Amino acid sequence: MRPLKDILSHLLDIPDDRTTPERYRIVRRNIATLMLIITVVPLSLMTVINYFEYQTALRNEILAPMRALVNKAKYSFELFLAGRLSTVNFIASAYTYEELADDKNLNRIFRVLKKEFEGFVDLGLIDSRGTQVSYAGPYDLHGKNYAGQGWFEQVKVNGVYISDVFKGYRRFPHVAIAVQHITDDGKEWIVRATINTAKFDDLITSMNLDPESDAFLINRQGVFQTKSKFYGEVLDQSPLELPKSFEPAVIEKKDTLGRDIFLVYSYFNRSDFIFVLIKPRSEVMKAWYTLRADLLIVFLIGLVAIIVVVLRLTDIMMKRMKESDDKRLLAMREMEHSHKLSSIGRLAAGVAHEVNNPLAIINEKAGLIKDLIEFASSFPDKEKFLSLVGAIIQSVERCRTITHRLLGFARRMDVEIQILDINDVIRETLGFLEKEALYKGVTINLDLDENLPRVPSDRGQLQQVFLNLLNNALAAMEKGGAISISSFTKDDKMLGVIVEDTGQGMSEETLKHIFEPFFTTKKAGQGTGLGLSITYGIIKRLGGDVEVQSRLGEGTRFTVYIPKESPEQAGT
Amino acid sequence: MKEFKVLMVDDEEDFVRTLDERIQMRNLDTSVALSGEEAMKKLEEDPPDVLLVDLKMPGMDGMEVLRRAREAYPGVQVVMLTGHGSEADEVEARRLGVFEYLRKPVALDQLMRTLKAAYKKKLEETMVAASFAEEGDFDSAREIMKGHDKNK
Repeated sequence: MRPLKDILSHLLDIPDDRTTPERYRIVRRNIATLMLIITVVPLSLMTVINYFEYQTALRNEILAPMRALVNKAKYSFELFLAGRLSTVNFIASAYTYEELADDKNLNRIFRVLKKEFEGFVDLGLIDSRGTQVSYAGPYDLHGKNYAGQGWFEQVKVNGVYISDVFKGYRRFPHVAIAVQHITDDGKEWIVRATINTAKFDDLITSMNLDPESDAFLINRQGVFQTKSKFYGEVLDQSPLELPKSFEPAVIEKKDTLGRDIFLVYSYFNRSDFIFVLIKPRSEVMKAWYTLRADLLIVFLIGLVAIIVVVLRLTDIMMKRMKESDDKRLLAMREMEHSHKLSSIGRLAAGVAHEVNNPLAIINEKAGLIKDLIEFASSFPDKEKFLSLVGAIIQSVERCRTITHRLLGFARRMDVEIQILDINDVIRETLGFLEKEALYKGVTINLDLDENLPRVPSDRGQLQQVFLNLLNNALAAMEKGGAISISSFTKDDKMLGVIVEDTGQGMSEETLKHIFEPFFTTKKAGQGTGLGLSITYGIIKRLGGDVEVQSRLGEGTRFTVYIPKESPEQAGT
Repeated sequence: MKEFKVLMVDDEEDFVRTLDERIQMRNLDTSVALSGEEAMKKLEEDPPDVLLVDLKMPGMDGMEVLRRAREAYPGVQVVMLTGHGSEADEVEARRLGVFEYLRKPVALDQLMRTLKAAYKKKLEETMVAASFAEEGDFDSAREIMKGHDKNK
């Protein structure tokens, strides 16, 4: 159990410290492996179990009818032999010795016998000393003595005898049947008849075996008693060994032709015969082979389906996971960015506040100097001093502009919310810049959504936003180029305005800092670096958002989102 | 004869003294307080026409001075001059009835213009009060001129 748990926990352990693509690869591999294991293992197990279960069940199902067939055939043979035996027995019992000893009588009986029962070849009477007394049949055996022969001794002991098959009259295979009769007064005689075994072949033919199968009788010495299709003629020695067990049984072996065969046999009860049925394995197990192929196909299709589905599923899962990870990362980055901007903003505001007081002192001191010089009736180098002080006061003024802009004081104080048509605001703002655009040879393309809903916002602040963006766009183009402005509805909460130029664009590095105060790419003294920072502040205050995309040498696109609902935190 | 009287309140002594000197040069009667508490005392003793007050001060701050001055001396116009104020501060100051809200550093010309405008408003209010008095509504007149009566 422990190693299993280890493997499982290893598979479920998703590394957090790896680089992203490798991490996804490992997760994907682990999940796929796990899913494959828990699906393929039971499937394989089921298949293997079914394989063996079916094999056993089907084998029994196939072999049972073979056994039954063999037994049935054996009984037919025994019935046939028993019938002939009882007929001979009847003749021995029904007639007296004298009647049987008379050749004329015996011939008459033989004729009736041949008419009623097929297969009888001859009939004869033998006395207790073994001498042939009378005979009806093709040979002249009168006076022949059988004393000392095996079959004669057996019939004296058992009362009946059925011989093995032998080639007799006209070279046909025959079987001899002998019955001993003992009268009440102790007189004894033996009636012996020969029957040909054509009937045996009929019985085997009536089994309707398929061409690949074989059935025959052999005796206990392994000599064929009937003709075999594959293994030999009558009285040949059989090449197939049989176990010396009287229980009917099925054995599997290779025959002399090299085929795998099922051999079913049954020993006769009252004679030396053994009935044997041989079927080639391939024939018998045909149903099993079909089933096995079906099983294999189902297994393989299932396996392929599982693998395909598992891999697809894992792919989809990984894609989703990656997407949500990316989204999360992006959201985190954006949050970080806005955090950074707001802390920079707070820092700048703090500095601006603190600088204002000393600036005020410098301003007043310099002002006082200026006053004193101006009020004095005579002052050496008066003009020179006045210009020096003037420069101080001008510099203070410049600082004041910066701190006041930083603190957002250059604008009207209150956010003044009114219902606005954003398109109108854009057109109005464009009016301020048309001349400059014309002068620079910049084309302005307007693509305004006329179905834009009117929204509550601050006209002046929005104008400042658009003015800033348009100014930047103009500044980004040396000569010629185009500015495209479009408005659209983003979703049920926001509408958007895109300001796009074909100017010089910005690098990744510049983009990162673009909304930070004092960040500027202009030459020192030409820009305060506050424009976009203030723009950002205004848009945030209005409850909106701003995005920027840019590529060096291709242009820049600002997208401003304005909420459709009145911003609740306006003015704070 | 000085034009009118200004009380300047700021904890930054360097600043307020210099400013005081400059404004005096421009023919206004001025006095200086270095804290909110001192300003309240000077208001009591010798109410000015215009009160120029800083926002951030230790102890009583400019907003409190504004509130109290508007309550006790509605005739005195208050101008706020600050380097620290936020927009919210300005909104609050206007709500309390500040005449103007200026940010440091301020150009003296602008400050002078604002002070004069404040004084002008005060005079107008005095005239309104006088017209009330002419019509016999002394209560209203007194209400408007509360800050001045003591002076005269």
